[in-house]
Amino acid sequence: MNYKFIKCIIGWILIFEACFMVLPLAVALIYREKEGVWFVVSMAICAAIGGLCILKKPERKSIFAKDSLVAVALSWIVLSLFGALPFVFSGSIPSYIDALFEMISGFTTTGASILSDVESLPRCMLFWRSFSHWIGGMGVLVFVMAILPLAGGNNMYLMKAESPGPSVSKLVPKVRQTAMILYGIYIFLTLLQIVLLLIGRMPVFDAICTAFGTAGTGGFGIKNTSLSGYSSYIQIVTTVFMIAFGINFNVYFLILMKKYSQAFRSSEVKVYLSVILVSILLIVWDTRVMFGSLADGFKHVSFQVASIITTTGFSTVDFNMWPEFSKTVLLALLMMGACAGSTGGGIKVSRIIILVKYVLREFQTLVHPRSVKKVSVDGRMVEHEVVRSTNVFLIVYVLLFAISLLIVSLNEYDFTTNFTAVATTIGNVGPGFSNVGPASNFSFFSPLSKCVLMFDMLAGRLELFPMLIMLLPSTWKK
Amino acid sequence: MKIIIVGCGKVGMNITEQLSAEEHDVVVIDENSEKVKAASNSFDVMGVVGNGASYNVQSEAGVESADILIAVTASDELNLLCCLIAKKAGNCRTIARVRNPVYSKEVNFIKEELGLSMIINPEYAAATEIARILRFPSAIKIDTFARGRVELLKFKVSGSLKICGCMLMDIKNRFKTDVLVCAVERDKEVIIPGGNFVIRENDIVSIITSHKGAAEFFRRIGLETHQVHKAMLVGGGKIAFYLAKQLTEMGIDVRIIELNRKRCEELCEELPKAVVINGDATNQELLVEEGLLSTEAFVTLTNYDEENILLALYAKSKTDAKLIAKVNRLTFDEVINNMDLGSIVYPKFITSNSILQYVRAMSNSIGSNVTTLYKILDNKAEALEFTVTESAPVIGVPLQKLNLKDHLLVCCINRNGKIITPNGQDMIKAGDTVIIVTTNRGLKDIKDILK
Repeated sequence: MNYKFIKCIIGWILIFEACFMVLPLAVALIYREKEGVWFVVSMAICAAIGGLCILKKPERKSIFAKDSLVAVALSWIVLSLFGALPFVFSGSIPSYIDALFEMISGFTTTGASILSDVESLPRCMLFWRSFSHWIGGMGVLVFVMAILPLAGGNNMYLMKAESPGPSVSKLVPKVRQTAMILYGIYIFLTLLQIVLLLIGRMPVFDAICTAFGTAGTGGFGIKNTSLSGYSSYIQIVTTVFMIAFGINFNVYFLILMKKYSQAFRSSEVKVYLSVILVSILLIVWDTRVMFGSLADGFKHVSFQVASIITTTGFSTVDFNMWPEFSKTVLLALLMMGACAGSTGGGIKVSRIIILVKYVLREFQTLVHPRSVKKVSVDGRMVEHEVVRSTNVFLIVYVLLFAISLLIVSLNEYDFTTNFTAVATTIGNVGPGFSNVGPASNFSFFSPLSKCVLMFDMLAGRLELFPMLIMLLPSTWKK
Repeated sequence: MKIIIVGCGKVGMNITEQLSAEEHDVVVIDENSEKVKAASNSFDVMGVVGNGASYNVQSEAGVESADILIAVTASDELNLLCCLIAKKAGNCRTIARVRNPVYSKEVNFIKEELGLSMIINPEYAAATEIARILRFPSAIKIDTFARGRVELLKFKVSGSLKICGCMLMDIKNRFKTDVLVCAVERDKEVIIPGGNFVIRENDIVSIITSHKGAAEFFRRIGLETHQVHKAMLVGGGKIAFYLAKQLTEMGIDVRIIELNRKRCEELCEELPKAVVINGDATNQELLVEEGLLSTEAFVTLTNYDEENILLALYAKSKTDAKLIAKVNRLTFDEVINNMDLGSIVYPKFITSNSILQYVRAMSNSIGSNVTTLYKILDNKAEALEFTVTESAPVIGVPLQKLNLKDHLLVCCINRNGKIITPNGQDMIKAGDTVIIVTTNRGLKDIKDILK
């Protein structure tokens, strides 16, 4: 393994993290908060350690599949370890485990919090939480690659390891340009949302933080009541943007290139939007007695559905109070997640499509044992390799889920709490049901459970394998 | 530049590696998804799986915005079709690998009518390369450009040569040969000489001339060329055919040893001047009987790399002949080079190199009316290729009457595939491709050659 090069990547990640911290520092200066000084301290630590790591240039700049998986996993861990420092130093979150949980939840765009009173935090800390969503949404290494010509070109493996979805395709021949285009779209959509929120008279600070939470499909609110206190206009804008950020970014690129027919042909987006529509209709019907008017019901239900399927985790009502059927539909959406190539988490719609088609094919072979049929999506054959890795992904997902559930259940909370806590962290959603519902938080779990949930969040964000490969002894053997 | 490469074989991969390292935007197309994956994993390129001749696949690869498409699949017809479709769909330049000798006789027609920029025949290119090695001793360096059509022969002038102290305008009368001195390096500076330039000792002179003219010229000025007079070729494949043809035209006595009787008969029909021997070249007795000990060049061209190398090693132990072995696989080049076998020729490497040279020349010429721009003589001079249009101010005037810029020379006119080395009376016509050698930088149009 090319340890020197991995060290160099991690060094750069730390230096970028120091740069990222400039923004919360600026917020602290604007609002004259003395906690800002802890960002200066953390920046100094990150920059110093990062600087030491990149001091010596690696001789060999080529990395292979295994190295990139390890590099990605380590980068995210290091990013979170150092990102948690300002919380601990300033005393906003005194326990390091809690601060780390909050930070991992931020970078993995989960949005599960251990804070019971969010509003008591200084604004710079609130901003750092929300900003971590925005950084984590598109991926840190993608960002680093967009700016630095790191691996001398051959960094497709890095991109593959960090991007969500069963198969990664480049938009343009160069990795760096692809990363730049993705970030361009991401920044544009975020700015658009901020502007629209400002038009709805949302305070500037709230608008920026909410847009960050939406763009990364994160879900950290800056109010204890998440988004329920804001106007209907703001809630509707947020609903639309949550759905928009759950769509595969390739679609936006195709629209940008004026290839409309190709953009709208994507069956993944079609399925994604239909699932949203059907779920909204089902839940509106199921909860018809709970809301004053049909319009009100539609507004709240579509917000919740969008929030859950895109794995954002904002809320305008406490859906923990909804009838069982509605909650079950939400749970299904929570596991499914958004489109591949978006900022959302979960199993991903494209995987579900491949799996369903594969199952149908299997049925056909049972009826016609000699029939030959291949799975195709968007008129294109799905390679056996992709089908296999999708199957394996699902199996690993279930196994990781089961093991996590077993460990978390040591706390002796009720089954719904444990089950949805694990589901919501692996899926990078945020709120679950029962004790971890939208009105509650994760602070009551034991440190062991928190560690398991942290691992799940990272595993979920990085598509399972990078984190799991770290546990294999053979990875580290010379 | 945006480049589409169809076919990820050895040549395709080699070109992909080079071009992506040179910061071009490369898209590769192949029907085999494994190969596409290998390419996009090892280099920073985009991969598209599919038939490269399909319009849909090409437009997915972005043919509309591509500058050049290179078709190097195993099939000639597919390569030509790829280029044809790319030309219509994206109006980009196209390069095809075409190796069937039937087509290669019609290269100019195909190129003109199908609008291809370049056709490369690997076997022909390899044969030309081998012929070049056999033709001249190491005292003469050869720099080729314009897709191998123009050869710059470079030699150092020693005091004993008759050319020393000679004025350029007298060369033609004195040595009775048609050569064009197009550049002289003196004290590390490149001079594009005029007619009253006098050659001195220690100049490095670059000349352009025909194949036949070169040997003649070198003999007359007293430069020993050690030209080979007898050559033995083992294996009667396509390279052997092209090579034998070129060698017999130069008056070299050629002997081909081929195992297959039928192929021998074919060769015998096509190459009346060559001696074709039906037999197994691994038979040492046969080799000796057919004159291994007296041959001056021994070229091994069978389909098996191992056999070529072993035969060359055997010949080395028996004679002092010039040895040339053909090797297909690029992977073990270091090992083979260490064996000191004389010259090793890698046809695949030659193919990808000529394509790369063209692509580089094209990328140099972006933003001007220059077709291609080659850097020659260690980047100290440029050779520019222009296509002359009807409106150009240089048409129909004898070259000596044109008011050309200093340090500039029209060194080659290509009229419908015929290469003319021009003198003062020649004229440029519309539709010609001319090659200008100059040390002036920044020429953008053919009219820029005038003062």
